[in-house]
Amino acid sequence: MTLTILKPGLMTTVQDLGRIGFRQYGVIVGGAMDAVSYRIGEMLLQQQPQAALEFTLAGPTVRFNCNAVFCLTGANFEPILNDRPCTMWKPVFAEKGSILKLSSCREGARGYLHIKGGIQVEKILNSCSTYIRAGIGGFKGRPLKKGDELPVRESVPSQKGKWGILPTNGPSFHQDVVIRVVKGTEFDRFTEESKKAFFQNAYKVSKDADRMGYRLIGEAPLATIESFNLLSEAVTFGTIQVPPNGQPIILMADCQTTGGYPKIAQVVSVDLPKLAQLQPFSKIRFQLISLEEAQRLKIRQEKALKLLESLISHSS
Amino acid sequence: MAVQFKPLGDQAVLVYFGNIISEEVHNSIKKFMYTLEKNWVDGLVEMVPGYTNVCVYYDVMKVAGWEMEGHSPYEKIVCYLRALLHEETEMPVENSRIIEIPVCYGGIYGPDLEEIARYHHLSEQQVIQIHSGKEYLVYMLGFAPGFAFLGGLDERIATPRKDTPRLKIPPGSVGIAGRQTGIYPLETPGGWQIIGRTPLQLFLPDQNPPALLRTGDRIRFVPITEKEFRELAGEA
Repeated sequence: MTLTILKPGLMTTVQDLGRIGFRQYGVIVGGAMDAVSYRIGEMLLQQQPQAALEFTLAGPTVRFNCNAVFCLTGANFEPILNDRPCTMWKPVFAEKGSILKLSSCREGARGYLHIKGGIQVEKILNSCSTYIRAGIGGFKGRPLKKGDELPVRESVPSQKGKWGILPTNGPSFHQDVVIRVVKGTEFDRFTEESKKAFFQNAYKVSKDADRMGYRLIGEAPLATIESFNLLSEAVTFGTIQVPPNGQPIILMADCQTTGGYPKIAQVVSVDLPKLAQLQPFSKIRFQLISLEEAQRLKIRQEKALKLLESLISHSS
Repeated sequence: MAVQFKPLGDQAVLVYFGNIISEEVHNSIKKFMYTLEKNWVDGLVEMVPGYTNVCVYYDVMKVAGWEMEGHSPYEKIVCYLRALLHEETEMPVENSRIIEIPVCYGGIYGPDLEEIARYHHLSEQQVIQIHSGKEYLVYMLGFAPGFAFLGGLDERIATPRKDTPRLKIPPGSVGIAGRQTGIYPLETPGGWQIIGRTPLQLFLPDQNPPALLRTGDRIRFVPITEKEFRELAGEA
């Protein structure tokens, strides 16, 4: 019972919600960059979050070597199942021998292929996520290559379900976005001009934008009032740090557990999926909101996801 | 310094116990982590020590459900952690481990030893003696899985990083960068001066905890010969 990778696509890796609980040993969290798309996909298959595939800008082509139920979420990679356009955001049945072809995405950057029962890879430190730098987790600890055979579970057509999300109700992905942030731990140590510039100017995502971090390009380099030596401490997904060249870096899902650059801001957690769906050369404007507001937004988002989950379980 | 709280975004809080690297600050951090572990509640996710603080990650939804209506999850978590500061916790008297790290200095395992000796007008043997002649405290782990930030390299062998970083440094390499010394757990590019290599594995993905070293450990480097290195590496 396998799925063969006929074409690997770009940076196609096995991901789940990440490796939680080992940051104090220097082990990164990883996990799906757009966790909301990922979670919705797993809900649509009516399962606890399982190992799924994440791909970036160019999707893979896969062959199902057994009957399987799958679901596509995230950016639209114009999926073709056996020469026919295939619906996203809905459980789909693929007969043994079917070929699913994903192309590139016009909007958004990351897509997810979820399989009923999950991709059968071993959990390492409580997670199936691929930890590329350490060469562990996921499928052989690396991005997928042509010819890889991923173990999956066989499904029957009745498991496909009748529910789905209309494309108009799914998340939409833009390449010119407002990203909400709260103040970073060293915010007050930046000059007045830098603080102003950070919120007034648009930033461009550079081509150095991967699962570890996005390097941004802005008009004016940011500076602290005085230079100081920051001692290493915890950093996390969404931390915006400013290295000596003054151009900010946003840390993403595969970021290190600790860092030593001053942190001007932190992306609020509800906007992380939006960030994950940006292509290189996208434009970002940062907007400051309060921590209370950020947590209210988070609670609202979690309630909406809970509601969706209960709607799906009632439709079945 | 009074303990300070600062948010790290909307899902974590940093608890500061000082602003300099010192064993005293480190001991406060260790005591706090120990107390928090004893008082672990649903809603806490994990904690990460730094040189001067501890980062506590929490689950916003769960903490929102805690008592104290009208308060934000951040206010609730700070209130809970603040109360723990006054908790009288009996720390186990000797809970600091001493770990010996066998190191084969110089030669193919420590290509920069000669240069460091020359830089400081010391013999290679003297550099080895100074490096292996004291205990180092593990202040925190980070940068790479199993990588320990060690305190207190002797000023006499503190050496700037290399001008051109190496593209590949083998795992187990022991290096010096300024006043820091450390061991690379994984093969990685890097600019540290490499003086030796240990056959021990620092990152242990099949074990829990997955790292040989832990915050609060004391370590000592023990010089070994190339033959001993090969024997130990063969067993590993």
